[in-house]
Amino acid sequence: MQNKLKVAIIGTGNIGSDLLLKIQKSAVLECGLFTGRNLESEGIKRAQELGVPTSADSIAAIERDPSCCEIVFDATSAQNHLVHAPILKQLGKFVIDLTPSRIGTMCIPVLNIDKALSAQNVNLVTCGGQACVPLAKVIMDTHPDTTYIEIVGSIASKSAGSGTRANIEEYMLTTKRALEQFSGVQKAKVILVFNPAEPPVLMHNTIYASIPNPNIELLKEKIDKMAELIRGYVPGYQVTYGPIVEKGRVAITVQVVGSGDFLPAYAGNLDIITCAAVRVAEDYAKTILEKRKYE
Amino acid sequence: MNDVKFFDSTLRDGSHAVSHKISAEQIREYCESIDGAGLYTVIVGHGNGIGASSHQVGFSEVNDLDTIAIARKALKKTRLGIFMIPGFATIADDLEPALKLGVDLVCVAAHCTEADTTQQYIKYLASANKEVHGVLMMYHMTTKERLLEEALKMQSYGARGIIIMDSAGASIPSMVSETIKHLVDNLSIPVGFHAHNNLGMAVGNSLVAIDSGATIIDGTLRGFGAGAGNCQLEAMVTVLQKMNFATGIDLYKLMDVSEGIVTKIMTKPQEIDTIGLMGGLTGVFSVYALPIKRAAEKYGIDARDIYVEVGKRKIVGGQEDMINEAAIELSKKK
Repeated sequence: MQNKLKVAIIGTGNIGSDLLLKIQKSAVLECGLFTGRNLESEGIKRAQELGVPTSADSIAAIERDPSCCEIVFDATSAQNHLVHAPILKQLGKFVIDLTPSRIGTMCIPVLNIDKALSAQNVNLVTCGGQACVPLAKVIMDTHPDTTYIEIVGSIASKSAGSGTRANIEEYMLTTKRALEQFSGVQKAKVILVFNPAEPPVLMHNTIYASIPNPNIELLKEKIDKMAELIRGYVPGYQVTYGPIVEKGRVAITVQVVGSGDFLPAYAGNLDIITCAAVRVAEDYAKTILEKRKYE
Repeated sequence: MNDVKFFDSTLRDGSHAVSHKISAEQIREYCESIDGAGLYTVIVGHGNGIGASSHQVGFSEVNDLDTIAIARKALKKTRLGIFMIPGFATIADDLEPALKLGVDLVCVAAHCTEADTTQQYIKYLASANKEVHGVLMMYHMTTKERLLEEALKMQSYGARGIIIMDSAGASIPSMVSETIKHLVDNLSIPVGFHAHNNLGMAVGNSLVAIDSGATIIDGTLRGFGAGAGNCQLEAMVTVLQKMNFATGIDLYKLMDVSEGIVTKIMTKPQEIDTIGLMGGLTGVFSVYALPIKRAAEKYGIDARDIYVEVGKRKIVGGQEDMINEAAIELSKKK
């Protein structure tokens, strides 16, 4: 009996490569195809060394041999996913989209993994969204009269590949949309900073909230609980500052220490979204494999 | 010497110096008075560009779209310009509405090594047929060769000019001349310079930039700007006049607006204090002068030590939170 579900990864850059290394460690997932556009790329070469099937035909390789996978991760760009999404739908694949395309059902595992598992196309928002939206939801749940939430993401320049840099507009809009939809806050703002510092600094996110009468004790208790749940699939997630009241606002800073699979620890922004992707894929795979046991 | 275009960032950079508290009436009065003085463009909006009004970098008294609408009404002869940094503003929420209000020119800025973050924005503006310039901030943090690579990217996206920003006022003249010459020799579009006055060199360095082939000078009246302030445009024009360099600028008008209007917006005279000098010395963004002063008072430590600490961490734009972190660490060590 087959005890692993096959996946394909489209996109061989930072995110695709990090995802591949995480899948290699999975008990229920197996990479059936790692596909990009350039056989000479570092990502493809690394995958070949690992003995993973590769292709330079991008999504066409999946169309040619749909049996190579049941789950497809898209780690390209929002523009590319527009093209990929209908093709993958027709092929009947379960799609986990790591671009900020916002085509599929937006998913932040700690908040709505069940909804995601019943969708055909799951969108993982953005790294900043994965890190901050759960805390924004805690803020709104404990303080429904919050008028404004702002999140400031700071990521190391080195961790932002060409896809990320070509998708800043989509990153900003998708993160903002997720912030509004999941938390229900009236007014939201997203800021993204690329930090070129050497050595690279850890990914960190600050959340500012305008709360009329903040109950910091309650907030701290609920935030710590939420952080613990997130650590269930993103081990390096930690609240490093706050919640604290300063200048009439509540501030909370979270850092994500990457597990260092592909890029070093500073690249928590890769980790948080690839960890979320693996979590969704593993839960999906477990359900399918469980069903097959009885077939 | 070539013709030089003067970009007026008085309201934009000056916004930092008054914690973004410039009133609607002040915006209107300034724009009406400076209109037609011969400056190429008047740039308005939050100090970090449109869309940046926030907890992180400070809220504007007047939101950017209102500011643009007021300036648009007041500016009849001079181009209305805005500034934006990808990561703060978006096309959907900020740029598109700004263009609808009739903005003539946009400066799209990125840290000196991150020009590819401007790609979507410069391309969008170029395709909308707007005059768009690329701005490389904190230029002292990289080499002239890397700056050229980054500038070439912006040129390929459709930028009509490249402005080099000495954001920390960390320049000595040889740095300016070497950098500007290298860019002018290798780019097909105009090169500009935006100075800060931390080391008392803003006008001098801008003159060096012109001598080296720059044809855009970005400055402010009264030198009104973040930290130690900027290249004082009326001083710059006076120097050029004395050198018999035709600027096409109404110098008396600049002087009158500086004296009669800008001084009223300012809450204190523009000066070079110890903090400003430390910024120039350590290369820390001049925007951080006020936040560092506040953190020093709050945690009871020497602001100069914060400068040295965040200088080591190579702080870039939009990282106000790092100042508190550094201050807390320093206060623990005490």
